[in-house]
Amino acid sequence: MNWLLVIVGGMIGAPLRHLTDVAVRKRYGTDFPWGILAVNVAGCLILGVLTGAVVAGAASSHVQLFLGTGLCGALTTYSTFSYETLRLAESGSRCHAAANALGSVAAGLGAAFVGVAAAEALWG
Amino acid sequence: MRPRGRRRVGGTLTRDEGRVVAAVAAGGGMGAVSRYALSLGWPTAPDGFPWTTLVVNAAGCAAIGVLMVLVTEVRQQTHPLVRPFLGTGFLGGFTTFSTYAVDIERLVRGGHPRTGLAYLALTLIAALAAVWGAAWTTRRVAARRTAAGSRP
Repeated sequence: MNWLLVIVGGMIGAPLRHLTDVAVRKRYGTDFPWGILAVNVAGCLILGVLTGAVVAGAASSHVQLFLGTGLCGALTTYSTFSYETLRLAESGSRCHAAANALGSVAAGLGAAFVGVAAAEALWG
Repeated sequence: MRPRGRRRVGGTLTRDEGRVVAAVAAGGGMGAVSRYALSLGWPTAPDGFPWTTLVVNAAGCAAIGVLMVLVTEVRQQTHPLVRPFLGTGFLGGFTTFSTYAVDIERLVRGGHPRTGLAYLALTLIAALAAVWGAAWTTRRVAARRTAAGSRP
């Protein structure tokens, strides 16, 4: 059961990331990986809320496996994030590479803190 | 008449786009469950340093460095579903940014800010070094093979 929850969550999260990335690229071009940044930050926010909800007893371990380990885990990515950072650095836009690396970490971390705080306010 | 693969399925995706999404989903499920299996095998203590997630993220970054160089630079003709399945799907689902961020939050708020900061910096450095080193090595190996193959 636990394994299935993680697999199904991953099967939803990864295509969501892909489709968001494709939609954002179509609209804003391919220079800066806004789509990956957006899904990474959104995933951090959702996982923050979920983690807060689990601590407060408002979400079960099954929900955590499906939404957290599976969906948010596959929605967000470190591999594409670091590859896009490398691509930016190699194409000469070192400022964009640094902005992507530091901006993603800062925004993701901020979203995680906000998510946990929101869950505590809701269920704490 | 539209060429094969351009027909819209369900009004939004063409058939080719549908195949790509299916490959991403299959890879994503396998990547996520592989990460879950490793987290069960090497669990992290509640206030401990998340080594497993760090290793998973760094290994996934090294693998995508190899894959992307092979797919976009070395091999002229790869199957169109290799990159969606292995790169976007499996490695995207295997590595995670959300667990990384929430683990830092947990460490900082749990009274271990220095461990959290060390984890933050180490993961970022390891991931970027892994993707850069893997891409560089793959290019070097491919260039040597090409040179060896072109000798009389």
